[in-house]
Amino acid sequence: MGEAEIIKSGNQITLAHGSGGRLMHNLIRELFVKRFSNKFLDRMSDSAVLANPLNDEYDLCFTTDSYVVDPLFFPGGNIGSLAVCGTINDMAVEGATPLFLSCGFIIEEGLDIHILEEIADAMAKTAREAGVNIVTGDLKVVEKGHADKVFINTSGVGRRPKRLKLGVEFIRAGDKVLINGAFGEHGIAVLSARGNFELNMDIHSDCAPLHGIIAEILSASDGIHFMRDPTRGGIATTLNEIVAGTSSGITIDEASLPLKEETRAACEILGFDPLYLANEGKVIIVASESGAEKILDIMRRNPLGKDSRIIGKVTPEHAGKVVMKTLLGGHRIIDMLTGEQLPRIC
Amino acid sequence: MCLAVPMKIVKLTGTDAVVELGGVQRHINLALLSDSELKIGDYVIVHAGFAIQKLDNADAEERLKLLQEMLELL
Amino acid sequence: MRYMDEYRNPELGRKLLGKIEETLRKFPTKIAVMEVCGTHTMSIARAGIGRLLAGKVGLLSGPGCPVCVTPNDYMDRAVAWARCKDVIIATFGDMMKVPGSTSNLYREKVAGAQIAIVYSPLEAIGIAEACPSRKVIFLAIGFETTAPTIAATIKCAREKNLKNFFIHCGHKLVPPAMRALVNDPELRIDGFICPGHVSAIIGSHPYEFIAREYYIPCVITGFEPLDILEAVWMIVNQISRGNHATVEIQYTRAVKPAGNPNALSLMNEVFEPVDSIWRGLGTIPESGLIIQESYADFDAVKRMPVAVEETREHPACICGMILRGVRLPVDCPLFRTMCNPENPIGPCMVSSEGACAAYLKYENR
Repeated sequence: MGEAEIIKSGNQITLAHGSGGRLMHNLIRELFVKRFSNKFLDRMSDSAVLANPLNDEYDLCFTTDSYVVDPLFFPGGNIGSLAVCGTINDMAVEGATPLFLSCGFIIEEGLDIHILEEIADAMAKTAREAGVNIVTGDLKVVEKGHADKVFINTSGVGRRPKRLKLGVEFIRAGDKVLINGAFGEHGIAVLSARGNFELNMDIHSDCAPLHGIIAEILSASDGIHFMRDPTRGGIATTLNEIVAGTSSGITIDEASLPLKEETRAACEILGFDPLYLANEGKVIIVASESGAEKILDIMRRNPLGKDSRIIGKVTPEHAGKVVMKTLLGGHRIIDMLTGEQLPRIC
Repeated sequence: MCLAVPMKIVKLTGTDAVVELGGVQRHINLALLSDSELKIGDYVIVHAGFAIQKLDNADAEERLKLLQEMLELL
Repeated sequence: MRYMDEYRNPELGRKLLGKIEETLRKFPTKIAVMEVCGTHTMSIARAGIGRLLAGKVGLLSGPGCPVCVTPNDYMDRAVAWARCKDVIIATFGDMMKVPGSTSNLYREKVAGAQIAIVYSPLEAIGIAEACPSRKVIFLAIGFETTAPTIAATIKCAREKNLKNFFIHCGHKLVPPAMRALVNDPELRIDGFICPGHVSAIIGSHPYEFIAREYYIPCVITGFEPLDILEAVWMIVNQISRGNHATVEIQYTRAVKPAGNPNALSLMNEVFEPVDSIWRGLGTIPESGLIIQESYADFDAVKRMPVAVEETREHPACICGMILRGVRLPVDCPLFRTMCNPENPIGPCMVSSEGACAAYLKYENR
């Protein structure tokens, strides 16, 4: 059987593809290595041997994340683009330059190979555009029912300047809270892709690698104290994580929250709160009061930050809590998300 | 039990309609308003995929105007 | 977004607040205004209105959401069906964490039950059509806003001649519950914010007994911040004028005095009133709905017999008194320790803006 035939679209992944034999090697080579191609991966050795990118100026940054999103495909991306962006962003918000990724696949027997091809295409494209190499990987196939189509783990290695002072301990009362644009879209895009609730809308996941825009602001300003990407649980959960157990609180201003009209509308119809929707291309930045405007300005010049806003500030009041000043001028305590957000009639 | 939103009718097909709010569209059922005269551009209050009442635009605008005028006299 | 954003205007809101404060200056004591709709509770919490009025108006949250009023036995039956291999439970999201005697739908889903969360009951019809070998049971809860939509859904199921679609009817009616509230000698309410969308269906006449027999002003209210503030102002004005209490409609853009006669007749064709148990309030006469005999084919209780565990209420839970506004969350022995948002025992904690969940958020230091 010719190699090309083995991975022809329309064929399905079988347990044999995970058995370590020729079938698996062909699959890995034709489907992944060809797409991710770089001098490390092309060797197809057991480990990638990477020249030491560190010198006295840098620390090593290392992270891992697993991706189990359902459905696999949604407007604006798929599990593959998520797997690359998510791990890049975990490094980017620490102030690191992402350098290398690994990827591990756990595939359910019976998955159509054409789906894997699309996922791999997305990963290759996203990684290439982000300037990051996928240098090593792994593939396992499990029996039908033992995984949900495909799970992906990506680990990432980057380097982070030692001089950077980023962390919760650098946050001060008076600091401003910024976000790089409208939020909630990823959450709604995944919902709409699930086909539930039969809403017709044009909302795309914001899935994007943020290390470029973050590098721009870090090089231009010393004022950044802390960054985090608000993924599951939305910006509400992330803001709570920042102040939980500290002597500071955060006040956000409802009037300054950037939201697309469709996101607002979908939330009104279903009874969702956009503060709790997942994002995959957003960063929350806590910056010094004096530096915030300049940082905002730089962010706005980047395509991934054109709708950046200052959305709130750090305060010595209501320690450990996040409070929103509502449009009306009232106050509302924004809790962390408990459980899953579900559509309601009440 | 009362989550319902005003949505604009963009398409009418007998017992059903397609309505829109902020660029989001959904098909809804008009069984509860089968004796109402509805046309494209009308607003209806939508709950659980059904139109439960037609929004009275004229009243809405008039009332808001009156409220504004009354509050200006503060 | 039209007919929504205009009612969120902060400047008008501030002026309304000013007007309310001005009128209340002459009042010797704080007035208590109760709303009886979970959607109002959410809107008030979202806009932070409670605290803006805190000085002179106490906003009470009455028994107004399906979470708050659905008793254990309804949920126990739903759980029993969920455990049947050939059953798909279709439900609004609200019901997933409502506690039963020993379990809830969320736990059953984790344990492998087939539970579909829908936005519209018509989606449940779609599921029944797509899965002919399964029995689809839709959990029909909600007040008079939702009941007509379920009536229309049942009629649709009949037209399609569906044999695998059933309704577990748990609908409740607002005016009888309000009568039970005002009959309670411990309760002191100076005004009611009446549910706007329930009233879009039932109109304003069903509330007149409250004004006429109990002298309590009623204002049928919309759900945007300006609607709620305007309604509070209307209540305050009624009290201030000292005339007979009346039922007024603030939400005139959606509520006519006669309501929606078409929807009402659909409701009356498919359902009939029955005495019903409300969590925390006990049995209220003629306050619930059951499916009429002519539509019994779609009644899950009649057509899908199932063994249900013995219903048990937690003996120490005082949600009932909290819902009626006669006790505070801190008066409950279970509050915070045994009953909290991660592990709610009573309905006041299940709903994210329920009296206890809200209290925990705002008062917890």
